[in-house]
Parts: sequence; C-alpha cells; structure tokens
Amino acid sequence: MCGKNDLQKELVQTIDPLVGGGKRSVSRRTLAIAGGALLLLALPMLTAMLDEPYLVTLFSRILIYALAAVSLDLMLGFGGMVSLGHAAFFGVGAYVVCILSAHGFEGTPVLTRPFTVGGHESALVLWPLAVLLAAMAAAVIGALSLRTSGMHFIMITLAFAQMIYYFFVSLEAYGGDDGMSLFTRNTMPGIDLADDRQFYYLCLAALAAFLFFAHRLVNSRFGMVIRGCKENERRMKSLGFPTFRYRLVCFVIAGAGAGLAGALITNQTEYVSPGLMHWTRSGEILVMVLLGGMGTLFGPVLGAAALLLMEELLSIYTEHWMVYLGPFLILVVLFAKRGIYGWIAGGNGNHG
Amino acid sequence: MADTLLSTRSLKKRFGAVQATDDLSLEVARGELHALIGPNGAGKTTALNQLSGELAPDSGEIYFEGRPITHLRVHRRARMGLARSYQITSVFDHLTVRENLALAIQAHNGHNFRFWRRAGADPLIRGAIDPAMARVGLEHRSRMPAANLSHGERRQLDVGMALAGNPKMLLLDEPYAGMGPGGAVELTKLIRRLKNEVTILLVEHDMGAVFSLADRITVLVYGQAIASGTPEEIRCNPAVRQAYLGDEDNNEVEDAC
Repeated sequence: MCGKNDLQKELVQTIDPLVGGGKRSVSRRTLAIAGGALLLLALPMLTAMLDEPYLVTLFSRILIYALAAVSLDLMLGFGGMVSLGHAAFFGVGAYVVCILSAHGFEGTPVLTRPFTVGGHESALVLWPLAVLLAAMAAAVIGALSLRTSGMHFIMITLAFAQMIYYFFVSLEAYGGDDGMSLFTRNTMPGIDLADDRQFYYLCLAALAAFLFFAHRLVNSRFGMVIRGCKENERRMKSLGFPTFRYRLVCFVIAGAGAGLAGALITNQTEYVSPGLMHWTRSGEILVMVLLGGMGTLFGPVLGAAALLLMEELLSIYTEHWMVYLGPFLILVVLFAKRGIYGWIAGGNGNHG
Repeated sequence: MADTLLSTRSLKKRFGAVQATDDLSLEVARGELHALIGPNGAGKTTALNQLSGELAPDSGEIYFEGRPITHLRVHRRARMGLARSYQITSVFDHLTVRENLALAIQAHNGHNFRFWRRAGADPLIRGAIDPAMARVGLEHRSRMPAANLSHGERRQLDVGMALAGNPKMLLLDEPYAGMGPGGAVELTKLIRRLKNEVTILLVEHDMGAVFSLADRITVLVYGQAIASGTPEEIRCNPAVRQAYLGDEDNNEVEDAC
C-alpha cells in the first residue's frame, strides 16, 4: 500500500463526515451535508424574503437542541451509554448563565461565603463557566452511574436528573417552580446577541464547531476505545483497557456539550425553568437522537429539526400533537435503520 | 521446576453447593505449553476466569512472574502481559480486521486520551498492524468487517488480538470448540507457531490437539487437579484413566497405554 491509493483513502475519510462509512455513498452523503449546511447558512435571508422573522428564532432553537442531541449521541451512539438524564446538564448550563447574569445585572454577589463570587454578564465568562459546571455535574453523576449498566444505568441517570430537577424546583431564591427570566442577553465583543440573526449565526457556529470536534473525537484513539466499549466492554478489559475511566470521560464531554447548549438556550428564550431538566426533556433529546440516527453525528441535527418542526406544525392544529409523533417515531425506528440520516444520506455506514 | 511464570496456590471457588475450584495449585513454566483438561463441568473455565481476573477466588493466591496478582483487576493483568482469548469468540463485529487489531495494539502502546488525531493515522498503531495480521495469517482479510469472517478466521483474529500486546502468557479457552476439520488444522499450525514465542495455558476438550501440542498437562476433575505431568505420564496415569473411563470422546487417553 503506498502513495496515491493511501492518499485517496485518507482524503475520502477526511471528507467523509460520518465515521468511516462505505465509499459508495460518500458523494450522496457529502451532498446531503453540504445542502443542509447551505440551507442553514442562507436561512436568515430566506426568512427575510418570506417575511417570517419568527423562523430565525425557531431555527436558533433547533440548532441549540441539535447541539444537545449531538452531545448525547456521543455517549449513546458511540459509547453505548443510554442516559435518560441528559437534560440535567442542559439545565445546569442554563441556570448557571441565568443566575450569574441576574446577579451581574443587579450588581449583587452570588456567594459571600466562603469567598465572594460576583455576577457577570459577559458570554465569554459565563458560557465557559456553564460548560465547566455542567461537566463537573456530569463527572459526579457519571462516576456513580457508570458503576451500573443496562437498565440500571438508565434508571440511575434518570434519578439523578430528577434530583437536580427538584433541587431547582425548591430553589425559591431563583424562582423555584416558576423559573426566572434573563433581563438581557449576555454580551459578547463584536457580536450583538440581542440581534436574532447574529444570535442565530452564533448558534450555527457553536453547533458546527461541536460537530467538528465530535467528528475528530470519534475517530481518535480515544474514540476507538469508546466504540470498543460500546460493542464489548468485557473484551476491552481483557485487552488491557481500564474501561471505566474512558466511559466517564465520554460522559463528561457529553455533559459539557449539553451545558453549552443550555447556556445558549437561556439566551435564546431569555428565561429558564426547572422544566428544562425534567425527565421528559431528557426523553425528547433521546428521541431526537433516535429519530435522526444514532451513532451518526449529523443525524441528531436532523432529528432535532424534525421533532421541533413537527411540534411547531402539528400544534397549530391540535395540542395533542404527540399522538401523531408517536406513530411517526415508531415507523422511523422500524424502517429506517439509521434514522432520518440513514434515509437521506444512505445508511450503509459500517460503524455502530 | 526451572522458571515458573504463573502459579496458583490452593485456589478455591465455590458456587452454591458446587466446589468449582478445589484447592488448585498449578505451575506453568516459562516457555511451555501447559494444557488444562478435564471432563465437562470440571471447572476449567472457572479456573481460567480466576487467572484472568474476571472471577475472584474465595481463597488462595495467584502469582505471575513471582508477583501476587490475586487482587489485580482484569486490565491490570492484561497490561502485565497476561492475555486471554475467549471460548465464545469475542471480536468487534462492526470493525474491520485491521481496526480490531488496531484497538488491541492501542491498549499497549501510547496514550489513549488523545482526542484529536485520527487513530488510523497514528504511526505507533499503523506500524504494528501488519505484523499482527501476519502473525495469525489474516493479511488477506485486512479490510473485511469481523462479522463477515468464517468461524475459524474469527478465532484466529481473537487470538491475534490477545497477542497484539506481545503478552508473556496467553490463556486459550477451548480454541477448538465449534471448529471444523479444516479450521482445526489451521489452528493447530497457529498454536504450534506461537509455542515458540509465548507461554500458553490451553484449556481444551479436544484430546488429540492437547496430546500433540502440550509440553505438560494438568487434569482437573471436580475442581481438583488429580494429576499433572508430561503427556506420556498423563496417558498412563490410572487416576486419569479412571476419570475418563467410559467417556467415549476420549478414547485417545485409553488407547495409548
């Protein structure tokens, strides 16, 4: 094997947005991704032409949920960890931003003991902090949950997420059950977050960056270990891998991604409530992943778009839109092996 | 005994009423192929699982290169050079032969908390894959998903993965199980080749294979080692013949004396 052939393969693999899938559908897949990216880039222009500025807001929301879904897919589709508590990290990220922004706005400290922590309004401070705290929450919850597996893991992640949910419900100082609103969106040098179109592009950039990071991750040495753990953890151990720590790091990375999505959602809706981390929200994110295609990185983006658009459309006609969503979901899971993504881009990728 | 690589002292393991491992003391010398045989339910796989670390013994000690490893976990033992293959072949079906071996190689070289660079482009891994494939004769299957391999080839891959980290010792759990005649011949060739490179503990049902390959044999019955010695000694051992008497699959034990 040398020279040109190798180079070609390398090239195909670099372009190939899905993890090392078959060569046959590369062009179709590339086409689908490029088309989707183009559509998202042009969306604010299109909505301006249609005179439907509300669509920019809706699509910002879709991009944010897509980010949360991609982060879940990282641990679910590649690491084989089925969590029903992913919204907890989403909520933690959202609350961190909202609480600190409120204090920043009022000029009051968040903490006075053991040391004084002031509020802040800059995104460059708040968002990394949201990511960090979500990651820390994930580290604690993951370290405990990953000692179990299968159904127990699902239940324990659910239980932890509900604990965090009830913690925020009882946090009266920050609105409790009613939630709290953000006075103004955060500030960022050079970008006006209050402008919906600029905010939209920021969300798109965040999603694209996370997708690129995730793509590199699943093909790296670390990614190979994670995928091995999904398929056969026992064998990974007997090959010499201390599997627990790899799975934990994957869990933490996924939590951090959800934290970033949370920071964005606070700014998008300018409001947070414990509902953000209710277990049904975790379920919704999970459905986005399944709908779009588990174990494909772009699938969850499609899943998020499909779910939120359906919700938007169907709820015009009926408030029981879930009745229609259920059968649709079943059809997709039954007939599209790799979700909507597999259906659009050709589902012959050979990696779980 | 010259140089003991792996030994156990009074290993005991009980499952409910069954004493699966009963006061087992085993010595495997460096460089030998030691076979562990016994009738069904003798506790061979249970013993193997304790050696690899997947089961904790109730009492007793295990030593590897003179160091106690009784309480070390599976991955630590693997990193020390104690590798195993499974009775039910255990490869990564969705990955290609290359990728399976790459993963096994990865366990033993370099740093695995690398998040950015393509694993396939890592020279540490790339350089080791071809020799690893050649070792088990799978060069021609390089890009094939493991799921599409024949039963025998999957077994070869399984062994290849165990060997990828250049272990000091290999635990083989019934490699001949479910193998057709053609596959068995290939496998015997492979094991014969490996004999010169690595110490092997072979747990096996197939008596023909055991007697043609093993340097020493330990016979396990009801969790107890009833005899240990060269193939000739074992063939003529009355206790062993007693244990196998009437077991028609194993004429071989009786024929020889």
